[in-house]
This record gives sequence, C-alpha cells and structure tokens, in this order.
Amino acid sequence: MTSMLGVERDLNLRETELCLGLPGGGTTTVAEPETAKTTGKRGFSETVDLKLNLQSKEDLNDNVKNIASKDKNNLLSCTKDPSKPPAKAQVVGWPPVRSYRKNIMSQKNTSEEKTEKASGGGGGSAAFVKVCMDGAPYLRKVDLKMYKSYQELSNALSKMFSSFTTGYYGTQGMIDFMNESKLMDLLNSSEYVPTYEDKDGDWMLVGDVPWGMFVDSCKRLRIMKGSEAIGLAPKAMEKCKGRS
Amino acid sequence: MSEDPSIPSSSSSQMSEDDDRSPPLDLIDGPIPSSKSRNCSGVSGSGVGTSVENTVPYPDQVLENVLENVLCFLTSRRDRSSASLVCKSWYRAEALTRSELFIGNCYAVSPRRATARFTRVRAVTIKGKPRFADFNLMPANWGAHLAPWVSSMAKAYPWLEKLCLKRMSVTDDDLALLAESFAGFKELVLVCCDGFGTSGLAVVVSKCRQLRVLDLTETEVMDDDVDWICCFPESQTFLESLMFDCVECHINFEALEKLVARSPSLKKLRLNRHVSIGQLYRLMVRAPQLTHLGTGSFNLSEGMAQGDQELDYVSAFAACKSLVCLSGFREILLDYIPAIYPVCSNLTSLNLSYANITAEQLKPVISQCHKLQSFWVLDSICDEGLKAVATTCKELRELRVFPVNAQEDAEGPVSEVGLEAISEGCRKLRSILYFCQRMTNAAVIAMSKNCSELVVFRLCIMGRRRPDHVTGEPMDEGFGAIVMNCKKLTRLAVSGLLTDRAFSYIGKYGKLVRTLSVAFAGDSDLGLKYVLEGCHKLQKLEIRDSPFGDTALCSGLHHYYNMRFLWMSSCSLTRQGCWAIARELPRLVVEVMKSNEGEEEGDNFDTLYMYRSLEGPRDDIPQFVEILRPGI
Repeated sequence: MTSMLGVERDLNLRETELCLGLPGGGTTTVAEPETAKTTGKRGFSETVDLKLNLQSKEDLNDNVKNIASKDKNNLLSCTKDPSKPPAKAQVVGWPPVRSYRKNIMSQKNTSEEKTEKASGGGGGSAAFVKVCMDGAPYLRKVDLKMYKSYQELSNALSKMFSSFTTGYYGTQGMIDFMNESKLMDLLNSSEYVPTYEDKDGDWMLVGDVPWGMFVDSCKRLRIMKGSEAIGLAPKAMEKCKGRS
Repeated sequence: MSEDPSIPSSSSSQMSEDDDRSPPLDLIDGPIPSSKSRNCSGVSGSGVGTSVENTVPYPDQVLENVLENVLCFLTSRRDRSSASLVCKSWYRAEALTRSELFIGNCYAVSPRRATARFTRVRAVTIKGKPRFADFNLMPANWGAHLAPWVSSMAKAYPWLEKLCLKRMSVTDDDLALLAESFAGFKELVLVCCDGFGTSGLAVVVSKCRQLRVLDLTETEVMDDDVDWICCFPESQTFLESLMFDCVECHINFEALEKLVARSPSLKKLRLNRHVSIGQLYRLMVRAPQLTHLGTGSFNLSEGMAQGDQELDYVSAFAACKSLVCLSGFREILLDYIPAIYPVCSNLTSLNLSYANITAEQLKPVISQCHKLQSFWVLDSICDEGLKAVATTCKELRELRVFPVNAQEDAEGPVSEVGLEAISEGCRKLRSILYFCQRMTNAAVIAMSKNCSELVVFRLCIMGRRRPDHVTGEPMDEGFGAIVMNCKKLTRLAVSGLLTDRAFSYIGKYGKLVRTLSVAFAGDSDLGLKYVLEGCHKLQKLEIRDSPFGDTALCSGLHHYYNMRFLWMSSCSLTRQGCWAIARELPRLVVEVMKSNEGEEEGDNFDTLYMYRSLEGPRDDIPQFVEILRPGI
C-alpha cells in the first residue's frame, strides 16, 4: 500500500490505469466520460467502467485519505510550488454538479465546435429510434448516438422498462453469440431480449454487429420475450462466426 | 408553499427549506400529553352534549370552534406541530385544519398513516431520494416511488389540488392515476424527478381541466413520441404557469402558440431549448402579461441565418412590462442580448447559468439590473464579471456561480477575488453557491463579516482537499468565521482542505445549522463528533469520503431521532458500527448499500443512509440495499 502511495506522488495516475478507449488517446479517465447525453442518468455505465480499472474507487479514496492525514507538511510545500499538482483521476459525483447540468454543458461544447466547422445545416447528430417492449403500454424514443456501447444502451433500456433486466448479458453487456448453449438458454427463458429492425427490414438480435454498425443500421427496437426471438438466433450466430 | 415575494426564484427553491424561517418538523406520532387541570375530551362537531367524558362541555366547545377557526390561519409547520402537542383536542383540531401536508422523507411515514391523521388536505409536498443521489452516488431504482402515495391519496383526498414532488420516482401510470382521481387538480410541480415520459404529461394535461400550474424543474422526461402540448383542452385554459425548460423532447410549436393564445391567465412560461428566438417572439407577442419567462434557446432555428427574418425583439421585451424573472438562454446568440435591455431594470431574478458569456458580454446587461435579487451565472464571467455584479446589484439576496468546466484540475476563472468583491458590494446576500478552483481564508472571512444576513453558504472548491492557495493553510479559519459571524446560518457546505478544527468551529458556533454537506474533509472521528455533539438543530447531514468511523457515528446516538437523515458514503464505517446504531435506535431505518448494482454480496459497503421512520423497514428495497434490523 505504501509503495502505491509513493507511486502516486510521482507518476501521473493515468499511466497506471486500464481504461476503455484507444490507447494513448482520450482525456477521460475513470468516471466521467463526456457523452453528450441529455436524457437518462449515465451514472452506472460509468461505474461499470470503474470495474475494469486497475485502481478501484476504494483504493483511490484510500490514497487520497492517506495523503491528507499523513503528510500535511508535504501538501503545504506542494502548494507553494507554483506548478500545478499532478492531474487526478476524476471521482464519481465530484465536483457536485448535477448530471443534467453537466450534460448540457458538454453538449454545448460539441455544438459550438460544430457551428465553427460547418457552414450551415445540421449534420445528423442524432439517431432517434422508437423502442417498444411487448406488454408495455408506452413506447419510448432513444437517441442511439447518446450511447457508446451495447452496455450503455442496455442500461438505459433497463431504466425505461423496469421488467427488462440485463442479467444475461455477461460482462460485456451483450449477448455472447459465440456461446451457442448460453444463447439458447437465454432464448428459451422468459427473459426479455432486445431485437432491432435493420435497414433491410429484417429483425435481428441486438448485439450481432459491432456497435457503430448497429447505430447506423438500426431503424427500430423491440424488446421481446426470449422465446419469441428464438428464430432470430441462427442468423445472429452466423454473422458472428462469419466475422471471426 | 407560498412564495416569498422578496425572493422570487425558480420553483426548485420553493422546495428549499432554508428560506422558511421555521425548521421543518416531520410528522411525529409521539405520545399526546393530556391536560392535567382540565379534561379536554374535545369532541369536535356541533351540538352540546355530544361529549362523553368531560364535565364542562360548553366552554370547551366554544374554545374548540374558536381554535379551529384560528388554526386555519396557522401556516407554519413548526407552529402547527407545537399546537398539535398541547392536548388531544388541539391535536384533533390541528389535524382537521391542516390543508397543506409536507412529507420531508417519503419513507418516514406511510401514506396510510398520513392520510388517516390529516383528513382535509388540499396540497401535498413529498420529498424522496437524498440529495447525493443527484451526483450518481446511488444506483437507480433505489426507491422513492410515488405509486403508494398516489393510490392512498386517490381515496383519501379526492379534492386534492396541488402536488409538489422532489426527487421522487414517478411513472406514467402514477400520472394517469393522478389525472383520473383528482377532479379539481390544479398544480403539479416536479423537481428533480424521473421515471415518466411525455405520455404521462399528456394524460395529466388532457384530464386535469382545472390545471393552473405545470412546473417541471430539472426533471427527466422520456421521449415517448407523444405530442403532449396538443393534449391540452381546446377551450380556454386556466394555466398560470407552464415550465418545461428541462424537457428535452421537441414540441409542437403551432400547438404551443395556440395554447398560449387561449391561456389568458398565463404568467409564467419557461420554454425548452427547442424553441427558437423567432418562436419566442411569437409567444411573447401573444403574452405580454408574463412575469416569468424562460427564453428557450435564444438562438435561431437550425437552417436559418441571421438577417433572414429580423424581428423586433426589443419591442417584444419592452411590451412585457411585468417581467421580473428571466431565464433560459440555452444556446444564446450574443447578438441578441440587447433585446433584453428594456426589462433589465425591472428584473428581480436572472438566470444566465446556461449561457457561456464573458465579463464584457455581461456588463451591459448587469449594469442595468439594479433591482436584481437572485442571480445564477456561469464562471465564464470571471472575477471581473462578479465585480460588475457587485457594483450594481445592491439588492442581491441569492447568488449561484456554476462551473463551465466541472472538473477538478481545470482552469479556474473565478476565485477569492470575485467572492470578496461580491461580499463588498452585496451586503444583503442571504444565499450563495460558489464553485471555484482557488480560494483563500481571507476572502471567506471577509464575506462572513460583510454579509451578516447569510442563511446559506455553499462553497465548492473543486480540487479535493485544496488549501488556501495564498497561505497554504487549511480552510478551517474561513469556514470557522462563517459559522461564527453569520448568526442566521442554517445551511452550510464545506470544501477544500479541512482539519478537525474546522468541525470544532462548526460544532461550537453553528447552533442554527440544519443542513451540512461535507466531502473529502476532516482528520479523524473527532471532526464528526464535534458536529454531532454541537449542532443541536442539525437535521440533514451528508458526508462523503471523509475519515469518520464507528466511534464518531455512535457519538450522535442522542440526536439521530431529531434528524431527517444521515448519509455517509466512502467513510471509515464498518458493518458492526452500523449494527450498533440499529440496535440502539429501533425507530431508525439503517440502510447500507453498495454503489455498484452488480456487486457480489460481501461484508463491505459503500454507503450508510439512515433516517427516522414510524414505519420500520420499507418493503420496496432493491437488491443492492440492505436494511439492518435487530432481532432478525
């Protein structure tokens, strides 16, 4: 533990973290991805990311506590130094600005960038699709561009439709098409699975193609019982096998 | 829930209890002291001789009728609570005459119990989740469901007129039930709520024909592809206030324009960011009687260029002679700022907190706002902008400075300089929320001396544990001065590097503090101990990431029944410590939870959230919450 403390003082924390995202790129670290999302709370897609980090939130807090209680003198001398303290990883919920406001501010940044670049007319910056769930009286609309992964999408869906749980999705937040028996279990159960209608009008199981491709081709989402979606399984598995 | 006319502000601050002088007391069904000298059996109702036990019916009866008539005028919750404790007769009279019910914690009392005691209620306010839920410190689906309240009230209060909710989970079904159950429903105010979509709104606006107020503030509304604006009745409406600035869905503008045209009583209108400035113009022209306006985007609609359609925005604003509260500016086009000049000198409230403007862009506006009492702004205006505010706004009561860039290690455009300037210029300040990257004790001390009227002081130094950037010392003395000098202080949020000394000051001088918010502060158990032992009026305590443990937790045993709640996350508590509290205080609900939904069962936990309750453990806990119940 103490060696970790020593490490933290000298090294940029970012170096020691395992993050999602391209290597060497991106400034977002632990818990505050700058998705320009305005609807839906993002909170727990963030903390899921946390699990994949080498340094858990607890460790981070421990380190911070250790710094404060241990060496106030060091801290004082640090601050008299005109250079900035080492960049800290962002912590969940700090500073205490509501997600609503944070989302709006980050959205403004992206739209201001756009007005500088583009001369007129909006680019398709949103990808709204209707979402319905069998048995639910209300349908919703979601903007697929608000999410960066299947996991984020499934979290959002589970908030909109309380009967839709993400339990079967494994660590990646999506159906593992390569594992045929697991897939069949899911489809034979009474759990709900998300399906989508693609550009060609075919209904597919969500998760069969890479995320970006999905966002481009998805026209509509429908959450149905696994047993009803069984017919869609063969196509999905084929697609996966074909790719790998 | 009446507005304080001297501090006009958004409906979210109506929910704030700090402007109300009397501290809120929730329903406590304690033992009812009976009168020793007289037997007040107090059967209320007409007719002498209907009483059973007492010896002198007639004077009691008169007294009771007088009492009921007098109690109708008693609005303060605290006074009503005191009145109800005098004797059974007074208890009953108070219960019958209470028309506004305030539930500070939806789990402290059950709907059944509340509606059984208070049978003639017309207006209900309910608060749900603790405030830290706003900052993603609690998983979704924790609770605070409106459903059981709506179903109880549907039976108990069919005449219900008003419902105000804060941090509650509201579904479309709840709204549908509401719309069906209350024929005379007039006001719906939802602050920081979620769980429903435009479908729910549609049902409310179409069925509640007497609707006067529909206010959505920082509430998430899902897009159901339903044109809810079209669902208002076709005839003239009673609408006085329509606030939907937080609704992110597109709306049907033609329908909105017609709605405004047939709403002659409309005084408050807050548009969402999908309403362009051209559309705003059309609405203002139809409603020059507005007192509160949220401008929407304050920008052109997509695809239009400036000069396409030059409308006389200045005249539109000039025609709104009653406008006192202005907000919106969600995508502000700076060229249009001068349009608001005609109303500046009348404004008492201005919210520019979504407009990224500089000091130079602010000055021409703020220099005219002599009457301003409430000002919300972004730190993009820098210290210089704050100086301009201090120069003109001598009547300022409330200031909130939000960060454009809410990150710990960002550049800080505002600092102690701005804070000190405000303290010099705005001596009547009562409430401040200030986000910054650098601060000094000197500036905070100056504010404590200059602004003796402060009731709410919330300083957020965004870098965790950051000391006074000039002296390198902890921020203890600054916050100490605040609690020492601001004798009316009831709400405090601290930040920066703080030792236990800061908390000793708070415990010693913060005798009126009701709400305290602590993050990344303190050295040891002593810190929390000072607060729990010293702050006798403490009601709401929220702490995160501070080194307070079980010993400190136990030092508050004498006080927890007087509090609404205690939140402690990522502190040094253990399960045993929490169990000790649960065993000692059976009327406390002690919830421990993990912040990640999917985590395995285990001994450790992230958060303690405990609150007094008459009902015992709630029956709607999600999987990640555990309630510690002794004897189970």
